Amino acid sequence: MRRNLILGAVLTGTFVLAALVSFVFTPYDIEALDIPNKLQPPNGAHWFGTDHFGRDILSMIMLGARTSIAVALLAVGIGMGLGIPLGLAAAARHGRALDEFIMRGNDLIFAFPSLVIAILITATFGAGAVNAIIAIGIFNVPVFARLTRGAALGLWGRDFILAARVVGKSSARISVEHILPNIANLMIVQGTIQFSLGILAEAGLSYVGLGAQPPTPSWGRMLADAQTLVSIAPHLALFPGMAIVLTVLGLNLMGDGLRDWLDPRLRVVRA
Amino acid sequence: MVRYALKRALSLVISLIVASAVIFLVVEVAPGDPASFMLGLNAQPDTLAALRAELGLDVPRLQRYFLWVGGMVQGDFGISYAYRSPVAQMIAERMWVSLPLALYALGLSTAIAFPAGIYAASRRGTLGDTVVMGATQLGVAVPNFWFAMICVLIFAINLRWFSAGGFPGWEKGFWGGVKALTLPAIALALPQGAILARVMRSSLLDMLGEDFIRTARAKGLSRRQTLWRHALRNAMIPVLTIIGLQFSFLLAGAIIIEQVFFLPGLGRLVFQSISARDLIVVESVVMLLVFSVIVVNFAVDLAYAVVDPRLRART
Amino acid sequence: MTLLSVQGLDVAINGAPILRGVSFDIAPGQIVALTGESGSGKSMTALATMGLLPQGAVAAGKLLLEGRDILTTPETALCALRGNAMGMVFQEPMTALNPVHSIGDQVAETLRIHGTDSRAEARRIARDMLARVGLPDDRFPLSRFPHELSGGQRQRVVIAMAIARRPRLLIADEPTTALDVTTQAQILDLLRGLVADFGMGLMMITHDLAVVAKMADRIVVMKDGAVVEQGETRQILHHMRHPYTRALLAASTHRPKLSPRITKDDPILTVTDAVRSYAEPRKTLFGPRTVRRAVDGVSLTIHNRERVGLVGESGCGKSTLTRAILGLEPLQGGTITAFGHDIANLPPALRSGLQVVFQDPYGSFNPRHKVARLIAEPYHLLPRPPDSARREADIAQALTEVGLTPGDADKYIHEFSGGQRQRIAIARALILRPDLIVFDEAVSALDVSVRAQVLDLLARISASHGLAYLFISHDLSVVRSVTDRVLVMKSGKIVEQGETRAVFSNPQHPYTRALIAAAPVLPALHQEETA
Repeated sequence: MRRNLILGAVLTGTFVLAALVSFVFTPYDIEALDIPNKLQPPNGAHWFGTDHFGRDILSMIMLGARTSIAVALLAVGIGMGLGIPLGLAAAARHGRALDEFIMRGNDLIFAFPSLVIAILITATFGAGAVNAIIAIGIFNVPVFARLTRGAALGLWGRDFILAARVVGKSSARISVEHILPNIANLMIVQGTIQFSLGILAEAGLSYVGLGAQPPTPSWGRMLADAQTLVSIAPHLALFPGMAIVLTVLGLNLMGDGLRDWLDPRLRVVRA
Repeated sequence: MVRYALKRALSLVISLIVASAVIFLVVEVAPGDPASFMLGLNAQPDTLAALRAELGLDVPRLQRYFLWVGGMVQGDFGISYAYRSPVAQMIAERMWVSLPLALYALGLSTAIAFPAGIYAASRRGTLGDTVVMGATQLGVAVPNFWFAMICVLIFAINLRWFSAGGFPGWEKGFWGGVKALTLPAIALALPQGAILARVMRSSLLDMLGEDFIRTARAKGLSRRQTLWRHALRNAMIPVLTIIGLQFSFLLAGAIIIEQVFFLPGLGRLVFQSISARDLIVVESVVMLLVFSVIVVNFAVDLAYAVVDPRLRART
Repeated sequence: MTLLSVQGLDVAINGAPILRGVSFDIAPGQIVALTGESGSGKSMTALATMGLLPQGAVAAGKLLLEGRDILTTPETALCALRGNAMGMVFQEPMTALNPVHSIGDQVAETLRIHGTDSRAEARRIARDMLARVGLPDDRFPLSRFPHELSGGQRQRVVIAMAIARRPRLLIADEPTTALDVTTQAQILDLLRGLVADFGMGLMMITHDLAVVAKMADRIVVMKDGAVVEQGETRQILHHMRHPYTRALLAASTHRPKLSPRITKDDPILTVTDAVRSYAEPRKTLFGPRTVRRAVDGVSLTIHNRERVGLVGESGCGKSTLTRAILGLEPLQGGTITAFGHDIANLPPALRSGLQVVFQDPYGSFNPRHKVARLIAEPYHLLPRPPDSARREADIAQALTEVGLTPGDADKYIHEFSGGQRQRIAIARALILRPDLIVFDEAVSALDVSVRAQVLDLLARISASHGLAYLFISHDLSVVRSVTDRVLVMKSGKIVEQGETRAVFSNPQHPYTRALIAAAPVLPALHQEETA
């Protein structure tokens, strides 16, 4: 399954590269409106065409990549940074008050999809990329917490943990020294999956206006703008959509490839 | 079984209470003074005072919370500031679009996913499996609102099988309403169905590696019989979890997709209310959304007990 | 016509040969034992007979069931044979049954797929079969679910499913390995009775020579996928020709040379009236919480340089007691003192005097650490851990003492076999030069020949290090061979204790007597005793 990993890495890498390059160069400056050239289909001068303000779509996609990747990445960071310690703590105190508390907290957050959290935050604090990061990040926390807890619980029953307890190591120390290294692979794979989900979530939030606000470009908002014009200028909707699909696809393929590469469990295939 | 159901019901009530507290805190406590937030910086003091009185803000917070919850339980969600009409009525009208859409999509998603997942698992490693996996890999990567736009382009504008948007209302006929919701439901169902198909497949494959499957084969059951009679029911347990989780995503997705099809659902209501800073509406809609998710998950918990006898006997 | 005739069976999986030229016969009413260590190919032979070889397996030769070659029979015909003309019982009863179907349905299923169309008729026969295997309808109604049964009871259900259609051949793959000694005896008796009643042939797969001696008419010894020796059981056991068979028997009856017992009144571990109880989940909505005493007033003493054994079946509380002794679980009553201090307040420096070796060679080590780091884990107990030069020397010495090389310190644990891993576990226990080591089922997961070597190692280090140990096991013959004193535990209490030789030759308590009677013994053991 190296194929998955390589293909995924290439796809993802392309968009990460585009995002990074956009800091120093884009084919056109999108701040400058160019109305006479509006709604051009893809041609030699504008590879992806122009939008209703004459802005170059390719440049907007590169800049939009920045937004999507940044938001999704930071949201994964929040999810891991809070979720993994919570999961480790819950597993270390399995069956006791802390564990129950963390599990109930997880269940509670699961009742609030990212969109709903975003609605809540935006209504009271205003829309913006930061709020999108927080909303998606909050939803990531129980995902990682639950996964970490499950994996850690499986390990706590093993004899090598017992051996560490016999020599008097504390739960915290055991969690870091013994449990964490053994669940790292699982976390990496889940990280790429949550990253891809984050890209989709960010696109959805921007589409309804709850994400990054103008003038920061974002793929979701490009799609919202394209909606009314889709019958006369389908390229407006096509390219941002494809960008989302390919980035997410790339990340998912990478996740699958990583899973197979890092944990090649030789399954005994039954008759 | 009764014990289990009661325990779950208790859990449901607690979740609702805590969720309502969280929503209340974020909406009414966090911005400081909701009244000045809603009216903006240039508000006159007497307008502010009037609004405060109307919103009941002079009452201590804890009491306000109980008044709010008490009101909701009785069906009174307050008066919308922006529209000046009872929130309960506005929500009810729109719920009749969003909720059926989410359920319709859930049904479609399940209808696509189960056969696909079972087929892929039973034909593991063959071309059929690879094709299904490839399709789901693509389906998972597609944003549902973009897919909706493409669907509109193909099916509504070019082929003219469906209208490009709008909702005639249930009073004009059940099937008319269903037709209007079909394209949106398909757009919603596809990505979620892809996820569900993958979960179904992997859950089934996990089951097929279990010892009791080997026992079944030793009894003389064919591979096919083993899959249907033994693996499937056990594989349903993790699948049910995902379905419960999916409902919350579908509800959220329904709200987003309403924008593509101009459906008069909760989506438009809540986004307009956010712009209008109508906290009362936002509060109520969010509460309702969370309530639906918690109730659906409760139903899923009960379904677990039906499928898995180990849960019935225990505490 | 002979019931089963295996002729030159070759099996390769993905190119790697697993079975080579296996040949043997089974006549109706005959019990043939396939024996050997892990990896010998016994299970694969059983799977080949059932036509259940894994994907990627290629078989050659002949496998004739009543004249019909299984290897060339198409899958649909094989489905008609499985559960009908031949049945199979597997090793792990806890996972062999579908958790969401009732036991009645699962037994009836065998009948319904092979021609019993009427549901009522199938249930009637199912009821009879379950009664026949010792699960009568009044106590075990058809509506029971597997999770409501114990391991032994589940195995009986599996047997009922396998024999429901009165097959001519029954295959049992390590059917009692996961069960207690007393349950094992009952299941073996059941199988023997069924063979006699139904006139079935039984292919019995087991690594335990004592079980073979008790059950089998003929024995087939396998090693590395080939048959090494076969013949009538009594013949083989008394006049074995092949060196491997001899080695196997020697290992099975091996008694390590123990240094003479030293009786000193110098207690290093004292347990006094220890009680460890758990609150059970409530049975009814508002009923009281029952309290279960896993350890119920246990007292024992281990003296310096003394070798003590603790035997008991699963659920007797020995694991709980072990964890309490190691300070991993609190007591609800009584005390445990080690080296003069209460276990709860034992200073780390003294704690280093008490170490442990666990059962599972595969789960005892963090797969991500190198061996050096794994062995050095107990250094955490020292107030000032030694510098790296000293550490390296200590680790090298520990590895040499257990029969490995200092170079092994740089490897990862997955590079070692089960027996080697237990040696590394012993090295880890020895690194701080403890006075007492607790061996918790430390050899139970090992093959017979490896086990013999590890027991020799144990005997050697107990002499050279002046070591005391507490050897916990369910295997009576092993405990007998390595201990000076033994305690017998049942339901949280010590029912008998005394000098090993005395307890085994003249057991006082009825439970001890039942345990000893149930444990299958190799005839050779009897010979050694009289010597």
